[in-house]
Amino acid sequence: MSAANWRNAMNSGAGRAAMRSAGGGTLVAGNRGLTPISAGWNFGGIFASVRPRHIVVLAFLLAYPWFATPFFTFQIGAQSLALGLIALSLTFLGGYGGMVSLAQMTVAGIAGYGVAIFGAASAVDAAISLGWPWWVAVLISIAIATLCATFIGWLSVRTEGIYTIMITLAVGVAFYYLCLQNYSVFNGFQGFQRVQAPTVLGVNLRDPLPFYYLVLFWSLAGYFLVKYLLRAPFGIALQGIRDNPRRMNALGFNVTAHRVAAYAVAGVMAAVAGVLLVWYNGLIGPGSVGTSWIINILIIAVLGGMRHPIGAFIGAIVFVLLQTFAIDVFDRERFNLVIGVVFLVIVLFSPDGLLGWWSGIKSKFPTRGGVR
Amino acid sequence: MRRTFVKTLVATAVVAAFAGVAYAQQGQPVKIGLLATLEGPFAAGGADGMRGAELAIKQKNGMAGGRKIVLIKASSDAKPDVAVNATRKLVEQDKVDIMVGPLSGGEGIAVKEYSKTQPNITFINGSSGAQATTLVNPSQNFFRFNTEGAQWMVGLGKAALDRGYKRVMVIAEDYAFPYSQVQGFMSEYCRLGGKVPVKAWVPLGGKDYSSVIARIPKDVDALVVVLGGADAVNFLNQYEAAGGDKPLVGGSITVSQDILNYKGKRRDSLVGTIAGAPIADAYDAPEFKTFVADYQKSYPVSAGGYPSPSLFALVYYINMKAALDGLDLVKGDLSDGQKKYQAALQRMTLKTPVGDVKLDANRQAIGTTFITEVVKDKQGNLFNKVLRKVDGIDQMLGQPKEQFKMGTRDEPSCP
Repeated sequence: MSAANWRNAMNSGAGRAAMRSAGGGTLVAGNRGLTPISAGWNFGGIFASVRPRHIVVLAFLLAYPWFATPFFTFQIGAQSLALGLIALSLTFLGGYGGMVSLAQMTVAGIAGYGVAIFGAASAVDAAISLGWPWWVAVLISIAIATLCATFIGWLSVRTEGIYTIMITLAVGVAFYYLCLQNYSVFNGFQGFQRVQAPTVLGVNLRDPLPFYYLVLFWSLAGYFLVKYLLRAPFGIALQGIRDNPRRMNALGFNVTAHRVAAYAVAGVMAAVAGVLLVWYNGLIGPGSVGTSWIINILIIAVLGGMRHPIGAFIGAIVFVLLQTFAIDVFDRERFNLVIGVVFLVIVLFSPDGLLGWWSGIKSKFPTRGGVR
Repeated sequence: MRRTFVKTLVATAVVAAFAGVAYAQQGQPVKIGLLATLEGPFAAGGADGMRGAELAIKQKNGMAGGRKIVLIKASSDAKPDVAVNATRKLVEQDKVDIMVGPLSGGEGIAVKEYSKTQPNITFINGSSGAQATTLVNPSQNFFRFNTEGAQWMVGLGKAALDRGYKRVMVIAEDYAFPYSQVQGFMSEYCRLGGKVPVKAWVPLGGKDYSSVIARIPKDVDALVVVLGGADAVNFLNQYEAAGGDKPLVGGSITVSQDILNYKGKRRDSLVGTIAGAPIADAYDAPEFKTFVADYQKSYPVSAGGYPSPSLFALVYYINMKAALDGLDLVKGDLSDGQKKYQAALQRMTLKTPVGDVKLDANRQAIGTTFITEVVKDKQGNLFNKVLRKVDGIDQMLGQPKEQFKMGTRDEPSCP
């Protein structure tokens, strides 16, 4: 990270006011305060950092459904990517904003419920769904979910650490009970069935192949959005706020606004993933937004590692593979033990999740650039 | 790490592809997938359901229609999305021929929807009892050989009136299963002139019933209590503490053995409570006694079984038996997208421990319900005596199809 880069970042957007009012002396102080993350600024341009392994992974992801069975394409591939996208929104908030929000599944659930309520779905014995065209329903749902995410952010940004976790958990549980006990809008315990992906231009998005590519597209979009944001002034300011909010405040950054904005961005990602997830499941009910899923998203994010956006997806793949196949490798009635033990081993031996192992391996061999 | 995981994925995919290679039909084993809840709120019931299903296979020495049966189990936690994921894995990954499951109502509706995408596989219910599964958008290849919540209460309305309960208050949990139970009771009760002035829907897992107890009108003759497990015990204790003395009419899981065994003064006042259920511990038909004896022999209490098979064990047993008897009828022939097999299931009369079962046009069972009464034996233990056995109950509860409406919070109504 050169001083020029830093100045560029500061000069565009929010930093400018700070520069003007604070003057050079504060900048030096700010720079010193931010040294812990300066090692991570070694990104360069998007394309300058493309390495062979990036191309291999991308090619594998694109070719995957052509050699995998429809089951692997749909249940393993598409589900992992959709869950990964929700976990990515948590990684973005937690890993780069320092705010561990447990409400990301709730935001996804709000979007999913939106698709079911505004679009076409069956609620067994109640006529609730409005039956609007799918794209209207999807756009409105994402908008509402993003608004809710912003509101949750606004509510919780003034808290720190464990209090953020508590308040977002409370929001998540409150939404679960709202869904469970409200019959006029959320249809209570039973929720909605037959929430199906639409047919677009003759392509039935319900089929494993098109659905996989749909989810892959949005996952990559989310991934690159996060990668881009982390280098943009907004992302850099956010990481500064993570490391020392008081100093960033003294520099003239509006800490609260940055944090709420981060919640909004994460909300868009979670909302898109929520729409994909409701299409994947074909149904939504209180169980889809209950505490077990709220915790699962946190597990996925921690499992993969919060130090890099890719961790969310790696965590999701491991999680889905375990959920699906643990029952085959161990006593049928005790298979949850396998899942628990694997999670425990990963977190115990590598507090940074699977990505921690990766960097451990990498540090044994000389590479260009930093570990991150 | 990324490369390692890529390799693992590729390896898993390759193995999966080979494992799934089609096998010749005859002489090869038939793979049956079995799904029940081994996690979550119904974990104990799910485990007993699996015992029931395994008992059906064991009684046939693991063979049906001249082919060996291979059982592949999966678990869910009573959530529909988890149930569909587990079912999809059994069908698409483990390539089962026949699928038996799931356990709870919401799961049943979701698996039924999934079954439409796999027309060449036969889906047979586990113990899920939502009315909508076979009433709304039924699936051609989803069969249910057990009767559901509303059918389990048919005959109880008449029994209540016979006792002189002319006005009753309903207290039930607020979700689909109690809705259908209450409907099964009320459709008959209201038709015969009974009145239900108040219905109280309480949340599942509620702890405090004082507001409900305060709402009980003075002029009702009895309370219809459709609560399960801890909810029932909590309600009974609080009703006792409040000095309540109205007689009770129970749902199918309200006066089950676990609740009859709870300690408390109110326990004795349970004597005389009538209820409707698809299973009665004291039913003395020889087929049922054989079933209970087989269950007790295979799963003694020391090995985790119950003293007497639960509702889940019986219902899973019935559905698994249907799958195997169907295989016998077609001599193990599952060719041609299982068309012959599915037609045989549709036509057959299934012999079950609680009487014969036939299917209606929506592939839903027409079967038997027991009206029971709680009595005290010489040792002072409470048990359910069979008052009456009602045969041939269909899903329309004996009403013409045009008039039939599914049970909800407000339907039926006769204040």
